[in-house]
Amino acid sequence: MKQNDHYVAPYDENVSFDELPDAAPSARFRLSVTGWIGAVIVTFWVFIAVFGPALAPYGENELPFPDDYSEFQLPRAGAWLGTDVADLDVMSRMMYGAGRTMGISFVATTLAYLIGVVLGIGAAVSSPRVDMVMSRINDAFLSLPTIMLGLVVVAAVGSSIPVLMVTAGVIYASVIFRLSRALGQEIMVMDFVEAARVRGEGRWWIIRREIWPNAAMPLMTDFGLRLIYVILFISSLSFLGLGVQPPQADWGSMVRENLGALQYGASIIPVIAPALAIATLTVGINLIVDDVSAHSGGKLSKRL
Amino acid sequence: MAKRRNTDEVVFEAKDLHIHAVRDDGSHLPIVKGVDFKVRRGEVVALIGESGSGKTTISLSALGYCKPGLKFAGGEALLLGEDVTSMTTEELRPLRGEQVAYLAQSAAATFNPSILINEQVTEAPILHGTKTKEEADAKALELYQALELPDPENIGSRYPHQVSGGQLQRLMAAMALCGEPDLLVLDEPTTALDVTTQIEVLKAFKTVIKQEGAAAIYVTHDLAVVAQIADHIVVLYDGEIKEAGPTEIIINNPQHPYTQRLMAAVRPMPEAGQGDVTSDAHMRKSPALEAKNISAGYGSVGGGAPKVKVLEDVNVSIERGKTVGIIGESGCGKSTLARVFAGLLPPSNGDLLLDGERLEPALADRSRDRLRKVQFVYQMADTALNPRHRIKDILGRPVEFYSDKSGAAKRERVNELLDMVELPRQFADRLPHELSGGQKQRVNLARALAADPEVVLCDEVTSALDTIVGANVIELLKTLRRDTGVSFVFISHDLSTVSSFADEIVVLYAGRVAEQGPTDTVLSPPYHPYTRLLISSVPETRIGWLEKTIETKEAMSGISGAVDLDAIGCPFFERCPMAIVGTCDVKKPPRREESPGHIIECHREISELLGG
Repeated sequence: MKQNDHYVAPYDENVSFDELPDAAPSARFRLSVTGWIGAVIVTFWVFIAVFGPALAPYGENELPFPDDYSEFQLPRAGAWLGTDVADLDVMSRMMYGAGRTMGISFVATTLAYLIGVVLGIGAAVSSPRVDMVMSRINDAFLSLPTIMLGLVVVAAVGSSIPVLMVTAGVIYASVIFRLSRALGQEIMVMDFVEAARVRGEGRWWIIRREIWPNAAMPLMTDFGLRLIYVILFISSLSFLGLGVQPPQADWGSMVRENLGALQYGASIIPVIAPALAIATLTVGINLIVDDVSAHSGGKLSKRL
Repeated sequence: MAKRRNTDEVVFEAKDLHIHAVRDDGSHLPIVKGVDFKVRRGEVVALIGESGSGKTTISLSALGYCKPGLKFAGGEALLLGEDVTSMTTEELRPLRGEQVAYLAQSAAATFNPSILINEQVTEAPILHGTKTKEEADAKALELYQALELPDPENIGSRYPHQVSGGQLQRLMAAMALCGEPDLLVLDEPTTALDVTTQIEVLKAFKTVIKQEGAAAIYVTHDLAVVAQIADHIVVLYDGEIKEAGPTEIIINNPQHPYTQRLMAAVRPMPEAGQGDVTSDAHMRKSPALEAKNISAGYGSVGGGAPKVKVLEDVNVSIERGKTVGIIGESGCGKSTLARVFAGLLPPSNGDLLLDGERLEPALADRSRDRLRKVQFVYQMADTALNPRHRIKDILGRPVEFYSDKSGAAKRERVNELLDMVELPRQFADRLPHELSGGQKQRVNLARALAADPEVVLCDEVTSALDTIVGANVIELLKTLRRDTGVSFVFISHDLSTVSSFADEIVVLYAGRVAEQGPTDTVLSPPYHPYTRLLISSVPETRIGWLEKTIETKEAMSGISGAVDLDAIGCPFFERCPMAIVGTCDVKKPPRREESPGHIIECHREISELLGG
């Protein structure tokens, strides 16, 4: 076409020109290769956590070789990961410990979410004054180092699985509070929330129908990430001797019990194996979370 | 200044350009379907079309850029003879800023708020090493002068928030031109501006493009703007060129039915006699909604007066079944007035009357039935509709909330509402993002109607829509008003939209009523000087309009400064071509009633306002 020429495209008199659709083809969620790797790892550990005790070759505190009193044996037939400081089968204890480590963490994270989301979104929809008071109290909570706080509580109350769950849940609730309050505030200023207010809707309805559906997805993404922190927290407490108590097995306490092996130059598998389990589980969850957050992408305003 | 000035040189050429969106499953969706055009040196080529036509995608191809999810699928985009579609980012980097520069719609989003303006304007050429700091500063100063920015020597040492919106838009042009690019890509650079500001920006752009001898691609959906600035027009629809040619042919003698439709959707100039006089069938004794001596503002109310005063002594009465248009530039308080009506912002002074009875100022105190009678429609349907609710829930909720209908009765009412706003009933099961912009705006309207209201407050409901879509929404509003007897408050900065739809117009300036009355009387002399400025600033789809208008004294005086809401005297004093020094700047203007219901607040006598 030459520029100075007047060009008219061929047309059909009967064709109407409808409004063009918004060019926003919504992408379906798919796991990437790394996401799949993560999913396989996590599925594996969840399977072990659920069926481990049933499948374990020995009991949690059953000696695999009752006649042989040497500790830290290298892997051999009947004990594929060797034995630990108490001459127990490392593989069986790991299979029992999986459920305990993951179960405590999952319950604690869920508890943290229950507390954090209710208070956080509550603060977002409350009057500025109430919000201020709640947020400052939360800030004070946030400024305490988590492990120290955990140590103090457990040292004072004594360690048991329910205490661990509640302690981790309350400590991590403050982070969730901040997140859900920020999310809630971001959604509160959207026009559709104001439209509901102008209509005369009550606060509860607005939280339930306008805010929650838009906050659920980003919160779910964060759940995975937070679960990792809680797993590490529980494992750290166990490692320090204040978490799960012997003779019960859990990955963090297994690392601690068997630390002596490093000193003696014996088999390091009882130390490495549970540490590796913690590492692979957290990395696996992380890989999935990466995919999910890349899909739901950043800020609410962008997703709209 | 050495690299240019061969006038017939082709700066940019698109040759059978194809751009596709790549879906998740790897399949392609064509967005641009074989486009050819050339841009010569010193020439402005406008790409026009509605959203979704591919105009922005095509313009970005000149930078060798595709938005995420899109890819070049064929043809060439030649910048100074070189195909940029096949270049890597490394190869493109020196071109961007040196040979081609991009001007986005929002200057506010382009400038970094915490860096001095001059540093940002001169950044690109210094970074590319094409200019030393001194050369770049000198060039920037030259551009500030050419763009007629106030105080060109010092404006560069301010921060972006210290200049007005129109000035920032011109500074963005300076930023783009500082590296002396061969091609300038402008994407809707005046769309977000008030008409009065748009004139000065358009004028500056036009001058500076000619002076710099650059070529430009100008992307817009506004034909009136195109008529002022472009040499050639390329009309796009659905990724294809429908018509292309010199501006005067496209504007004055469009051939393709699509171009003709675009021209037909251009809003008529605001003139007397256009105002839609509605029948009095729905009239009752008392007005549907009335505002009496309303003052309002934001910030703590200490001793009666708010910290930031936005509205002062506003009186508006909305008769049943009639439409009141509220007009003014951004910041004049028109949206605040709507918020006062809706109960979102209780006034600091004055009363609201609904059906002649006092209406509670705060939302929380109003009964459900009173809430029902006043409904609010938001400007952006995108943010006004909850993205996670289906259309049937968005419309069903107010039905259920106000009328206790449920089950089949509610469904029936939702269907009725969809019929009313001319949407297919199947849309009930869709989510908002599955609808186009105009369709979403219709749902937005239907939600207000679902309450069976007496007054609907429309805040800039057509501003975010394309010309044709916006015109259709106005047609729908007219039908609804006739069929339902609902009163509308129509808030807009666009005088031509308001004047084709409203029975009565209220002109707000700095939170005060400058003029108000029946549409016909407001749009014919005598005018308040501000009304005259607004009318003369509405761009006409006529070549040469810009040059003629900037000669007039209204436009010359109308270069906007910041409006001081606490100013004593007449707030329009600084900009008014008829201002009386010693009177207008110290005394509040008197309220003159020219004819019944037609009020002008001005120190000048009516007889003086009649003349030119």
